[in-house]
Amino acid sequence: MATVFPFSAIVGQEEMKLALLIAAIDQKVGGVLAFGDRGAGKSTAVRALAALLPKMKVVVGCRYNCDPDLPERFCEECKEKAKHGKVKTAQVPVPVVDLPLGATEDRVVGALDLERALAKGEKAFEPGLLARAHRGFLYIDEANLLEDHLVDLLLDVAASGENVVEREGLSIRHPARFVLVGTGNPEEGELRPQLLDRFGMSVEVKTPDTLPERIEVVRRRDAFESDSAGFLEAWSKEEAKLRRKITQAKDRLPDVSVPDAALERAAKLCMTLGTDGLRGELTLMRAARALAALEHDKIVTDDHLKRIAPSALRHRLRRNPLDDAGSSVRVDRAIAEIFG
Amino acid sequence: MSISLAWSDAVTAAQLFAVDPVGTGGVLLRSRAGPVRDRWLATLRAALPPDRPYRNLPLHIADGRLLGGLDLSATLLAGRPVAERGLLAEADGGVLVVAMAERMQSSTNVYLTAAMDAQETAVERDGLSLRMPARFGVVALDEGLEDEFAPAGLRDRLGFHLDLDQFAWRDTEDFPVELDDILAARARLPSIKVESAQIEAICTAAAALGIISLRAPLLALRAARASAALFDRVAIEQDDITLAARLVLAPRATVFPQADQPDQAEPPPPEPPPEDNSEENNDQEQQTPDIDKALDEVILAAVKAAMPPGVLEALRASAGRSRARSAGKAGELQKSKKRGRPTGSVRGELRDGSKLNVIETLRAAAPWQPLRRRQAEVMGGGRPRILVEKDDFRIARFKQRTETITIFVVDASGSAALHRLAEAKGAVELLLADCYVRRDQVAMIAFRGSIAEILLPPTRSLARAKRSLAGLPGGGGTPLAAGLDAAFMLADSIKRKGQTPTVIVLTDGRANIARDGAPGRPKAEEDANASARQFRVAAINSVVIDMSPRPGPQAAAFAKEMDARYLPLPHADATVLAQAVTAATRAA
Repeated sequence: MATVFPFSAIVGQEEMKLALLIAAIDQKVGGVLAFGDRGAGKSTAVRALAALLPKMKVVVGCRYNCDPDLPERFCEECKEKAKHGKVKTAQVPVPVVDLPLGATEDRVVGALDLERALAKGEKAFEPGLLARAHRGFLYIDEANLLEDHLVDLLLDVAASGENVVEREGLSIRHPARFVLVGTGNPEEGELRPQLLDRFGMSVEVKTPDTLPERIEVVRRRDAFESDSAGFLEAWSKEEAKLRRKITQAKDRLPDVSVPDAALERAAKLCMTLGTDGLRGELTLMRAARALAALEHDKIVTDDHLKRIAPSALRHRLRRNPLDDAGSSVRVDRAIAEIFG
Repeated sequence: MSISLAWSDAVTAAQLFAVDPVGTGGVLLRSRAGPVRDRWLATLRAALPPDRPYRNLPLHIADGRLLGGLDLSATLLAGRPVAERGLLAEADGGVLVVAMAERMQSSTNVYLTAAMDAQETAVERDGLSLRMPARFGVVALDEGLEDEFAPAGLRDRLGFHLDLDQFAWRDTEDFPVELDDILAARARLPSIKVESAQIEAICTAAAALGIISLRAPLLALRAARASAALFDRVAIEQDDITLAARLVLAPRATVFPQADQPDQAEPPPPEPPPEDNSEENNDQEQQTPDIDKALDEVILAAVKAAMPPGVLEALRASAGRSRARSAGKAGELQKSKKRGRPTGSVRGELRDGSKLNVIETLRAAAPWQPLRRRQAEVMGGGRPRILVEKDDFRIARFKQRTETITIFVVDASGSAALHRLAEAKGAVELLLADCYVRRDQVAMIAFRGSIAEILLPPTRSLARAKRSLAGLPGGGGTPLAAGLDAAFMLADSIKRKGQTPTVIVLTDGRANIARDGAPGRPKAEEDANASARQFRVAAINSVVIDMSPRPGPQAAAFAKEMDARYLPLPHADATVLAQAVTAATRAA
């Protein structure tokens, strides 16, 4: 794999970086959608996240990245193994799997292993991208251009956390829980509302418009392209620091408490904005908790809610095309109204 | 014979690109096919190492060929899956020439730009999962006229933008290009030094020229490096930077640079975000570093000198507007996914031009191979590697969904124009908000004075619609015939793409400008009726909404000629309009 630009060296784009970090701390927050200008570093940030994530524990040889600490969620193969004593474990990088636009359905869900079928006449299942992304991230660049039938398929799996394959005489089900990360440019088309709602957080990405920031972006990018090894070396300390922060935040997460007052505020905010369903409140709560954990706070406060609300809610508003104000503005208005 | 300065620039661009094809991204060659373009391409060929790939990307390349996939003949021969490299991977280390980039399919564009970014291709198709290096430079041949452009995403990634149409054959001349010079420059490239102040100057100049994308200053920097390497320098010098500015930044400029007042030359934000008004601007001024003013003024002067006078005038006149219009336009033109949506495959026979799904067929045949082989041995005779029987055939199924494109034809004439336009705009937005569920599109044509204008080409992007429809002018005569003609042409082209057009005409039906632009009511009405008949002949689904306070017989008459539904809706507002349109399209 080609070397990637370090996450900590990305200039600006604080909202996007924070959303990605929160998704890394608590996968239940449920994905990040980054929409915005061309060449603003959306893909760079996602690819950089892959290199940043702390490693995770898996069952050795498991094709579905089963977590050895959660035997009740084992796949069939691991269950079989567990019967014969303890399973072997290993530390591996968290998968960040690219879903290329041209991917065919068989590669996404998995299909009959053609090679084994051809050579040995065996009927074996070859896991697809969804299996590989289990417990990690599934990244769709240009998510708004993804073919509809793939979108439907992703929605189904994302909702159930399980991939069910019924094809070619195979009948397989395996866990597939992943964080969906999508990027795109709104000029090229909108995202279907059903898919939009699956993303926990949505951020708007703009090309930095202050000169010093722009200069810094170009300078770092140039340094990286001229001498990537040296650049990575120079930033390795920062990267390690950030990685530690994620690990610690993950550990602290269960200890962060959400007072009733905060729950009430969150509910009120969602009601004011008229978001559909309860997903907005849930995401807002979880994201605020992850933010608190990241910042060493034990209790979720208004400040956390306020800062994370735009990302957690802006894509859940009912669209009112006659209201020219963007959804971000509407969220900001509601925040000002409720938090004073 | 005198050589124009610009032709030598074009040749230099070819050389710089040859020095660093990947770093500079590529060349956008806006030019018709012809001897001038051929001469430029020949110059480029001479500057490229002959042992490196030089591949052509044809317009309608299949995804499988572009990305790679299963090599069927090799697979059948070997009895195991054999991968085939796609064109993107084949171009690794060389140059990819994209023909007719302005008409490129949007999927092709996405794969191409993704490969340029990652410098590799990822293939997840046909049961294969492969990663292959794909480091190449791109030459995009853009033969677009006026409004047609290569996709914006691609243009953004190509360093050099050249317009060869400005050259006559006699302006051009063969320049001797020494391949050895290029190779030596390539070797020098990694060690070229650049100063921090130079980076700042390039960024400042880019900002002053109203260039939003950050790729532009980066590409300019790469071009400057390539220039320093080509002219055998240790570090980037001023000449390299001015050259890069001329070749990379000048063609992207969207505002007229004001070198004497650099502080005010900040680019206007693309869509003025209301939230960051006062505070950020203050910050900006305070933080502006003490940059090398002299250098960035030199760059701006170079850029100005490189811009033909006409361009400057146009930029000055239309300041920010030119960018808003060109952005994202090309992507829109190619947005046709008419192949239908594959919905799996069924067992079946090959007939009536049905399409065999090779992979699924192989899959179906695969598990039976050992068994069939044994049988074949019993039967005797030669045995092929893979035994495929009729039972295995899998036929690809497509679900053809025809997209509906609603074309609003709005009468922007006279006193009611503003009201009508505002409501039509609201209806467009309402429909768009609704139609992205169904993935339909909306377009808008306005007519007034003596002409009709496509204000919004077919789109499903609400963001674009809002921007295009902001600030519509109104008033003047009623060239109904011109409006209907424009709508008919658009509807006809939509039909030919396999989509379904629905035309909604918002007018009071009182035509007073004839097709040739001359005033006069009788002739105007006659022309309008003639234009209306085209719709009847082509059986285009249409609705005429009479929005005049007192609906009159004129609109009803031409609606009849159109074979359109006639809806008198005096004082209709956006919501009523949107409902009427939805009902009309459902009925179709």
